[in-house]
Amino acid sequence: MTGPVAGRGDLDSASAVPLHPAARQVLLAALDRGYADPRRLHRAGREARLLLDNAREATSDALGVRADEVTFTPSGTHAVHLGLLGLVRGSRRGDLVVHPAVEHSAVHRAVEWGARGEAVPCDREGRVLADVLAQAATASEVGAVALQTANHEVGTLQPVGEVELPDDVPLFTDACASMGRLALPTGWAAAAGSAHKWGGPAGVGVLLVRKRARWRNPFPADDRADERSTGFENLPAALAAAAALQAVVAERDEVNARHHELIDVVRRRVAAEVPDVEVVGDPDRRLPHLVTFSCLYVDGEALVTELDRRGFGIASGSACTASTLAPSHVLEAMGVLTHGNVRLSLQRETTRSDVDAFCDALPGLVADLRGRVGL
Amino acid sequence: MTPDPHRDVALELDCREMPCPMPVIELARHLTDVEVGELLAVVALDPAAAVDVPAWCRMKAQDYVGADAAPDGAPRYVVRRVS
Repeated sequence: MTGPVAGRGDLDSASAVPLHPAARQVLLAALDRGYADPRRLHRAGREARLLLDNAREATSDALGVRADEVTFTPSGTHAVHLGLLGLVRGSRRGDLVVHPAVEHSAVHRAVEWGARGEAVPCDREGRVLADVLAQAATASEVGAVALQTANHEVGTLQPVGEVELPDDVPLFTDACASMGRLALPTGWAAAAGSAHKWGGPAGVGVLLVRKRARWRNPFPADDRADERSTGFENLPAALAAAAALQAVVAERDEVNARHHELIDVVRRRVAAEVPDVEVVGDPDRRLPHLVTFSCLYVDGEALVTELDRRGFGIASGSACTASTLAPSHVLEAMGVLTHGNVRLSLQRETTRSDVDAFCDALPGLVADLRGRVGL
Repeated sequence: MTPDPHRDVALELDCREMPCPMPVIELARHLTDVEVGELLAVVALDPAAAVDVPAWCRMKAQDYVGADAAPDGAPRYVVRRVS
């Protein structure tokens, strides 16, 4: 048995997390046991159906929802598309979606494809202006509001569950950035998550639709386990995702406290040791494991490359490789520096010494890149 | 706030062909080429400049006056040197 190949320097858990140890055995066992079609009445089909029901049960337990509110989808993105557009389709009011400008591109693309959008501004920390959102949601043609649980690029928590909406305007929450790590907020009619962001396998999304929500399938219907499923379920992966989710929820108090403190270290050290840097996002009310900052006069991609050469894997919201590329719409909406951007997100095993090694290496690399342009 | 196109911009930097973050780097390099109180402008097609020039002004305590367009339509960002 081999462990994940992710090295100690992989600081990009917001993009992908290695398979959780709790998921590995489940996945291997389910590959053999869960191959059949869960709709079939023969023995192998019943076995597959049992596993699917187990996966939904475990997921619903971990998330604190009903089992019949859980649907596995082929990705988090697909869960976002289905969840949001299904609420719009079910609305009696209209097809306008009110959402913050800082939503994930999956929300933006879904709105462009199947609805009309009204983007609401955010503050400098990336939190939606809740009063503006609530006001915009009262317009007669609003079919749904989309509000992420937390921002995927800067970590700022959004006030889901605190926004007053008209009774017949449902809220969709993209919970991909937080699912498993944080308890779900209240006040939503549909929600989406993505297993590879909590340590499940890729190719598993979770769509949650509340029992009483008016949701209609926005895509061609299929004849699967429930009305929201499309195509043959990836049962072994769904079961492994559920096992990882249970494990992550069970250990999150300890992991989150550790991560929150480590990110505080990064925020403090980067701000103190790198000149002309802007550490962005809410310093407190944020995802525990993620921080974003931007270094003046630095090409973000060049910084990614230099960090990678020293063994650190981080993401960047900058787009400096060609003058036509647009920078991160999140940073743009916040009005913060878009170039020289680094998003660092901790893996489950990341330690203080890993974080210190990054913070030790960064000032020299930034100074070197600035030196190349004579600054 | 749109600057008056006839206003006296003491120095205009042509950064049309430059990718990010070069327009901001040019701005930093040439800030001291104008006197305190004078206007410095950057012409840039790089879409990041629309966000990064105001952000630079905030970080470096300079005054972002606003955006207008060069005669060829390219976006121009105007900054007042305050220190």
